[in-house]
Amino acid sequence: MSRKVLLIEDEPNIAEAIRFLLTREGWQVETHAEGSDAIQVIQGANPDLVILDVMLPGKSGMEILRDLRGLEGMQNLPVLMLTARGQTRDREMAENAGVSRFMTKPFSNAEVLTAVRDLHAQATRS
Amino acid sequence: MSESEDRKPQRARPSLFLERQSYRRRRLMDAARLLPILGAALIALPLLWPNQTSPEDGVPLSSAMLYIFACWVLLIAVSLVFGFAARRMSARDDSEAESDRWLP
Amino acid sequence: MATLNVLILVCLGYVVLLFGVAFAADRMAAAGRGAWLRSPLIYTLSLSIYCTAWTFYGAVGNAARSGLEFVTIYLGPTLVMLSWWWGLRKLVRVGRSQRVTSIADLISSRYGKSNTLAICVTILAVLGGTPYIALQLQSITLSFSIFAEADPSGLYREGSSVFWVAAGLAMFAILFGTRNLDANERHHGVVTAIALESVVKLFALIAVGIFVVWGVAGGIGPMMERIDASEIGQWNVDAGRWTTFIFLSAAAFICLPRMFQVMVVENADEGHLRTAAWAFPLYLLLMSLFVVPIAVVGLDLLPEGSNPDLFVLTVPLSQGNDWLAMLSFIGGFSSATSMVIVTAMALSTMVSNHLVMPIWLSTQEGSGSVSGDVRNVVLVARRVSIAVIMAMGYYYYRLSGGGAALASIGLVAFAGISQILPALVGGLFWRGATRTGALVGLTVGFVLWIYTLLLPGMGGAIMPDTVLQNGPFGWGWLRPQALFGIEGMDPMVHTVMWSLSLNTFAFCAASLLSFPSPLERLQGAQFVNVFDHSVAPRGWSGSVAQSEDLMIMTQRILGAGPAQEFFQAEAHAQGGRTSLPEPTPGFLERLERELSGSVGAATAHAMIGQIVGGSSVSVEDLLAVADESAQMLEYSSQLEAKSAELSRTARQLREANTKLTQISEQKDSFLSQVSHELRTPMTSIRAFSEIMRDSDGLTPEEQTRYAAIIHDEALRLTRLLDDLLDLSVLESGRVNLNMSGESLSAVLDRAVSSALAGSRSTLTVRRARQSERIPLHTDLDRLGQVFINLISNAQKYCDAEDPVLTISAHDVGGQVVIDFTDNGSGIPPEAQSMVFEKFARVGGDKAGGAGLGLAICREIMQRLGGEITYLPGQGGAAFRVRLPMAYQQAAQ
Repeated sequence: MSRKVLLIEDEPNIAEAIRFLLTREGWQVETHAEGSDAIQVIQGANPDLVILDVMLPGKSGMEILRDLRGLEGMQNLPVLMLTARGQTRDREMAENAGVSRFMTKPFSNAEVLTAVRDLHAQATRS
Repeated sequence: MSESEDRKPQRARPSLFLERQSYRRRRLMDAARLLPILGAALIALPLLWPNQTSPEDGVPLSSAMLYIFACWVLLIAVSLVFGFAARRMSARDDSEAESDRWLP
Repeated sequence: MATLNVLILVCLGYVVLLFGVAFAADRMAAAGRGAWLRSPLIYTLSLSIYCTAWTFYGAVGNAARSGLEFVTIYLGPTLVMLSWWWGLRKLVRVGRSQRVTSIADLISSRYGKSNTLAICVTILAVLGGTPYIALQLQSITLSFSIFAEADPSGLYREGSSVFWVAAGLAMFAILFGTRNLDANERHHGVVTAIALESVVKLFALIAVGIFVVWGVAGGIGPMMERIDASEIGQWNVDAGRWTTFIFLSAAAFICLPRMFQVMVVENADEGHLRTAAWAFPLYLLLMSLFVVPIAVVGLDLLPEGSNPDLFVLTVPLSQGNDWLAMLSFIGGFSSATSMVIVTAMALSTMVSNHLVMPIWLSTQEGSGSVSGDVRNVVLVARRVSIAVIMAMGYYYYRLSGGGAALASIGLVAFAGISQILPALVGGLFWRGATRTGALVGLTVGFVLWIYTLLLPGMGGAIMPDTVLQNGPFGWGWLRPQALFGIEGMDPMVHTVMWSLSLNTFAFCAASLLSFPSPLERLQGAQFVNVFDHSVAPRGWSGSVAQSEDLMIMTQRILGAGPAQEFFQAEAHAQGGRTSLPEPTPGFLERLERELSGSVGAATAHAMIGQIVGGSSVSVEDLLAVADESAQMLEYSSQLEAKSAELSRTARQLREANTKLTQISEQKDSFLSQVSHELRTPMTSIRAFSEIMRDSDGLTPEEQTRYAAIIHDEALRLTRLLDDLLDLSVLESGRVNLNMSGESLSAVLDRAVSSALAGSRSTLTVRRARQSERIPLHTDLDRLGQVFINLISNAQKYCDAEDPVLTISAHDVGGQVVIDFTDNGSGIPPEAQSMVFEKFARVGGDKAGGAGLGLAICREIMQRLGGEITYLPGQGGAAFRVRLPMAYQQAAQ
């Protein structure tokens, strides 16, 4: 069974690091660096999990998440959100928007992996 | 103030009467203005009498006195009547003004 | 035969009675009792001071000389009283509403509070009044002398008796006329005393009349026959004199200071006029009823050549009826004393208010006198004035020797005082009447009166017969008793006709030609339209309603709670049953004080006066109110200024707060941006360093690549920190500029080589070195930094296949202008305004720095006195750098 993660991140170096980590865990990793068409990309890729950056060109991760949760069949899609602006306000906004897990940069690789595993386990259990 | 509300309809009724009253008052004022003119005319009348030229064809002083004093009494009487009428009028005015004051 | 001693005793007793009555009346009025003191009857009787000794004695004398002519003196006032509704009522209302103290005050008040006019009227009144007082003194001494002749003991000395009479009357007038300084100038004691005197004189005259008709002539019928048979037994009246005297007496009735005093000043209630309108004519009728019979009988009974002026005394005496004669004497005495007392009072008021006080006040200027002082000064001035006026009357009597017939002096005085009439009537009924008109009219009438009547009447010593016969300097048309050559007129008719007609003409003409002052116009309107402005005074029945009104007004000013408390406390203090107190003077005073705390003294006074006094607001009130409002206006404008200042401060505070909030938000967002920009490379560094540490089996290529990433990101971090430090130094203004001189082309050379060094890019830089030979004097390193930034931006972002950057320099209007234009797609219009902001990045490109480059460029250019702008519409991205030429010139 192939687990697919969609990574939406505009920093190529960060994207490459995450891709490296998750590929080794056995994930199929697709990346995308643009915010404006992120919803369509998510719908098209039909991933098991989405890793979403907040500061994206075109459309912020918060808006993408909010719009995503309003779509049919997307309420339970696990979304791991990453942000470089680690303010409390951002965390609250993300939780209101319906985030599954919120992480601030810089993160340790182990954290990311644990979060991805947990989220996937929750999603498959339910 | 229930009192003032009670009074309104009462006051509304005698309006015709009041009209007549104020009309009478106006005419009374006219009379008061005319009175001194009447008096002056009456007093000036003796000037038309012939002055004494001979003992026969003059107006006797006693008659002149009678005329003057009669006119005088007449004027006083008219003035008296007017005075009382004016008092009655103004007394009514006062009472009207009094009740006016109750109205908001 | 009654002795002189008895007569003197009776006289003294009568005077003591008068004193007692006056004293008691004053006491009662002060105690607030004695409503009857203000009754219409008392008012009517007080009016009868019109009937002086002149009319008491002189009317009979006049009748003995000219028949019914004497009656004109009574008919004039009768006509005036009959026209009370539109005449006297207005006068009284004006007098009350303006708080007039005398006729001089009224005239002055009407014509804009002109004291000149007041002085004129005062002088006129004193000139006319002095002989009149002398006349009364003369009548008293004459009547004394009648008894003295009959008294064998012969103790009587004329001179001293006149002196004592004058002194006694002065004393009475001072005691009761100047006892208090009532604002309304009402003197209950005096008024009551003269009312009593008027009863006495009427009673005396009627008693003599009844004695003559029924006692001597034997009934009405025989009396009438006797009248017709007498030497005056036929209607023989000069039409001119008849009409003139009626007119004159009517005019004098209004204008005489003493008449004005009792009729207007002492008037307590306008409604009294209603009664007086018929009662006073009746009194006059009764006074004149027996005049002709007495005259006729006197002519019959007494020897040829006896003085007809004294028939009232001599007829009873000749019949041996001493007690009747005594009564008659008391009647005459009454007439004289009441007239003298009231005249002295009225004249003293005028003299003190219009002559003494202005002089005293002008000498006291600036000494800040207390009001109590003024009261004392006024009282003293009045007392002295009374004494002086009485002394003048006394000396006039002594000098004139008491020769002329009584009636003529009276008429001369009438003619003099009547000169006020045009100004008075004009002032009451014509708004166009002006002060100039009144002054000119008064002067003309006054001069004519003196010239045609007063001086000729004084005899040859003052006006020589030649002037009388031929006119002054032989000008016939100016003969005093035949002005303009019109001869044959009775002197009195002549004077009245000319003086009053020319007076009126001058008054009207001057009024039409002059222009009144604002105060005059205001007063004119107040006088003429007095019935529109003032409230009819109410009787006692209206008192509760007054309290009602006062309550309503007070509530409006003080608020419901305090007003009710105040009124209830007052009502309680008065011991009243209702919750509303009676409007007693004390209560009103306290209320006024209470109100004045809120609205100012003048306003409070005017408001209460409006409700209670029946007096309209006087001009002084209005002025005071205006003054107060001006003060309030000033105060409120001060408040307004302060509140404007406050709101300005508040606005500034708000603005400062907004600015602070903005700055704080900017700081927050800047910090957040900085945090983001720092975390992003740190994230990559951490991630890859962990990968390299933890992951097994990394290929050497992978290791090299990841190490390179870590290296690049570390460099990025360093650059970011450098830029941040640079920017903060530039923004804080603590930057030190190292000014030096070099040509533009040299600076550009260094910048281009520095920007392109170590770069793999293919950017071609095109320059026009010819135009770059511009000497610069500036911080060359900083300028170079800007250039490097612009060149490396083109290097990074120019998306053309063959990227070309064109650098061109111009000298435009004293400024060095350097344009950097590439051939890429440029910056999208919506982002153009943002490119110089911190952390602004165009597009998704992350390759460059943290987005601080252009922000730093902008700061640098500002420090160097120039600017950097984006040039839209140049095909590619185009930046323009401006440097002021003046900057470098000044430095050279």
